[in-house]
Amino acid sequence: MSRRRVALGAALAFLALFPLAGATFYTELVTKVMILAIFALSLDLLVGYTGLVSFGHAAFYGIGAYTLGLLAPKYEAANLWLTLPAAVGAAGIAALAVGVFVVRVKGIYFIMVTLAFAQMFYFVFHDTKFGRGSDGISMNFKPVATIGGTTPFDLGNAAHVYYFVLVLMLAVFAFLRTVLRSPFGRALMGIRSNEHRMRSLGFPVYRYKLASFTLAGALAGLAGYLSALQFGFVNPELLSWHQSGNVLLMLIMGGLGSLYGAVIGAFAFVAMEEIFQSLTRHWQLLLGGAIVLIVIFLPGGIASVAGRFRRTLVGEAVDE
Amino acid sequence: MDFYSFLIQLLNGVQYGLLLFLVASGLTLIFGIMGIINLAHGSFYMIGAYMAFTLASLTGNLFVAIVVGVVLSVLLGIVLEWALFSHLYKRDHLEQVLLSYGLILVFEELRSLIVGNDVHGVAVPEIFNWSIPLTATLSYPAYRLVMSAVCLALAGLLYVLIHRTRLGMMIRAGASNREMVQSLGLDINLVYRLVFALGVALAAFAGMIAAPVSSVYPGMGTQVLIICFVVVVIGGIGSIWGALFAALLIGLADTFGKVLIPEAAGVTVYLLMAAILLWRPEGLFRRVG
Repeated sequence: MSRRRVALGAALAFLALFPLAGATFYTELVTKVMILAIFALSLDLLVGYTGLVSFGHAAFYGIGAYTLGLLAPKYEAANLWLTLPAAVGAAGIAALAVGVFVVRVKGIYFIMVTLAFAQMFYFVFHDTKFGRGSDGISMNFKPVATIGGTTPFDLGNAAHVYYFVLVLMLAVFAFLRTVLRSPFGRALMGIRSNEHRMRSLGFPVYRYKLASFTLAGALAGLAGYLSALQFGFVNPELLSWHQSGNVLLMLIMGGLGSLYGAVIGAFAFVAMEEIFQSLTRHWQLLLGGAIVLIVIFLPGGIASVAGRFRRTLVGEAVDE
Repeated sequence: MDFYSFLIQLLNGVQYGLLLFLVASGLTLIFGIMGIINLAHGSFYMIGAYMAFTLASLTGNLFVAIVVGVVLSVLLGIVLEWALFSHLYKRDHLEQVLLSYGLILVFEELRSLIVGNDVHGVAVPEIFNWSIPLTATLSYPAYRLVMSAVCLALAGLLYVLIHRTRLGMMIRAGASNREMVQSLGLDINLVYRLVFALGVALAAFAGMIAAPVSSVYPGMGTQVLIICFVVVVIGGIGSIWGALFAALLIGLADTFGKVLIPEAAGVTVYLLMAAILLWRPEGLFRRVG
């Protein structure tokens, strides 16, 4: 057994046993982190593995969340097994529609265009009757997981939600790992390192990028859905560009192009946020300042330091 | 829509477009010449508007406020380039995006610390505070016309600066080959610093002259930044002409979109961008000067 496996096993055991420790506040906090980890994992597929830096990924997170908000009936609980696939599907379809346009451009254009499209969705939810305006939608009931007459778990219970999210996070992790090890995933990484070569080898680069964008959007929709489920309300801030910036920051903190990194980054980001928030009301000043200092004083990317940090934490050879 | 209402909307659209041009030209120059994507560019517009508000209430005169504000924003540009952006020329776009994202958070929080989160108004200067009567009921404020004229004059000056002066020659040379300019013994870092300061000053100036018509509010920087991205994408990165053309196009599309299809007001410009991306993914004008 390598050190890495021991560390992984310990981390998993810790996550599995964590809610038994009691405090609901921390159970909910870690649930939130794991939801963000799913969100970061979905973006890592795009930024870390396909080489497409999206600054508009929150759009699909928000669409997933709003799908639950809009589908939830007023006087009864929504059904998890119907609304969850609907949210993932809606986010995936939106990502496909946006992807048709944005995947045509590269580099800096891609950053600007994804940001612009995300802002368009923000407007749709913020300024139209359809999205119910800036207050968003409050749900009166938590969704229920009833299937075939039985309810296997209770989504009103913080510990149950925790385990549900934990299982989904591990499932998304395993799914992406399989995808990345498949010929499709290898082709994406080929596109990241040399798009021209992939094209001259006969790969339909456009379709590969579009597939990656759509898949990433659908998974971000899953994360958004879970966030709406956990907090019971949705508002346009879920789609705001701050959200897109923060999830990029998580990836950078954890190290790009590593699935473990995306998860570690989500934990590191929330920890940093909680610490800053406890210090001052103007915590965004600290966050912004920290980002600036990190970028300036850690040339070669935060990933290098995060990598070193990770190597001591998880053991050798963390590269996927 | 009768002729005079049409005329008013047309003038408004052109005025908004020209204002966007001032912000977008800096963005496109900084990218085209220095290869830097700067998300904090919208913050300079916001800072300009808040400087106009603060300095105008201190001095009681918007013109004095603008002069002082331009000097301060040039200094801000020089300091930012020296302290932060000059470290990023060789880095990838992701790091530039993150640094400028961090800067936006810092600027917004400082704004909230210093001036608060309220919406403010700035008075139109007395000499321009009159309207040109069009019909018995319709008139057009002189200040907006003055704004358009000033923006046009600045666009002309920018053209002359880039195409007819020695500094402009250095700027154009620096855009196409940084190493070559350096080996000719020219100080490329100075050129970069000046271009960055110019971009900051243009954006801040736009914010200052816009303050009397659009009011001063938190989040105004982000809004203008994203629209300017649309302008730059449509116009083609690095192209001043593209930025001017696209800014006018967006100004008109947004203004008439609000009048003709109010339900889709927030979305018009993005749909226009989507259409142009399908047609010419590299923008309408690519890298002409």
